[in-house]
Amino acid sequence: MKKSFLFISCEEAHHICDKSQYGEASLWERIKLSIRLSWCTVTRAYTKRNKALTRAMKSSNVDFLKDDELDTLRSQFNQELKNQ
Amino acid sequence: MPKHVIDPNQWINLYSDYLFNYTISRVNDREIAKDLVQDTFMAGLKSMKNFKGDASERTWLISILKRKIIDYYRKINSNKGKAEVRINYSDSESEGDWLEERVADPFDKTAEDNLENSELGDAIYNCLGKLPEKQAQVFKMKTILNYETEAICNELGITASNLWVIIHRARTAMASCLEDNWF
Repeated sequence: MKKSFLFISCEEAHHICDKSQYGEASLWERIKLSIRLSWCTVTRAYTKRNKALTRAMKSSNVDFLKDDELDTLRSQFNQELKNQ
Repeated sequence: MPKHVIDPNQWINLYSDYLFNYTISRVNDREIAKDLVQDTFMAGLKSMKNFKGDASERTWLISILKRKIIDYYRKINSNKGKAEVRINYSDSESEGDWLEERVADPFDKTAEDNLENSELGDAIYNCLGKLPEKQAQVFKMKTILNYETEAICNELGITASNLWVIIHRARTAMASCLEDNWF
């Protein structure tokens, strides 16, 4: 078996880790990440932090207006502004 | 001379997200949050002449919003007060149960959780404000508004690999910003 078949760089591991935070990493990518995680402390630290960020984002109620909502708000406000 | 000037033409661009995020972390309902933000802007327009310039526009708008949020809770609480409450302890065995029912439920930490969530929400908003504009925009679309990768790429005219590079930088910066207090 070629080494490169299972071996991924730190950058690639971080990239897979980022994708997996959004459920977009494939099974094969996750396997490769797990292998890297078993021995690479840098990847482990990055993954730990990345997961903590995902948890924080999920547990907060942080939310923003979508573009169409913002447009509606803007047009209503501008109308009122004209009437001032 | 006033330290701050008022310019309502910029309010929507500058403060919509901040006010909406502030509100949603306190009322937990998108539609109500949207209405409260809109009411705040309208009330701000009407009382512009009262703006003395001692505080920034944002602080001034937040003070209006806070009153709107208090009014909202006051209104729903007064509606609750109208509901009929019936407590009927007919047998002697259950006498005294009301005392236990009045004791705060230790597992009901909703208020505490909400407070913590609103503080975390404010911290996330502040950290987002420190990111470069493009990073903040992509991170917001991907992580908070849950847009599909393809939709973001189409809207912003970037490739998927560009997007992941931006996401990586944004996540690293956000994690460092939040790390001290929230991880």
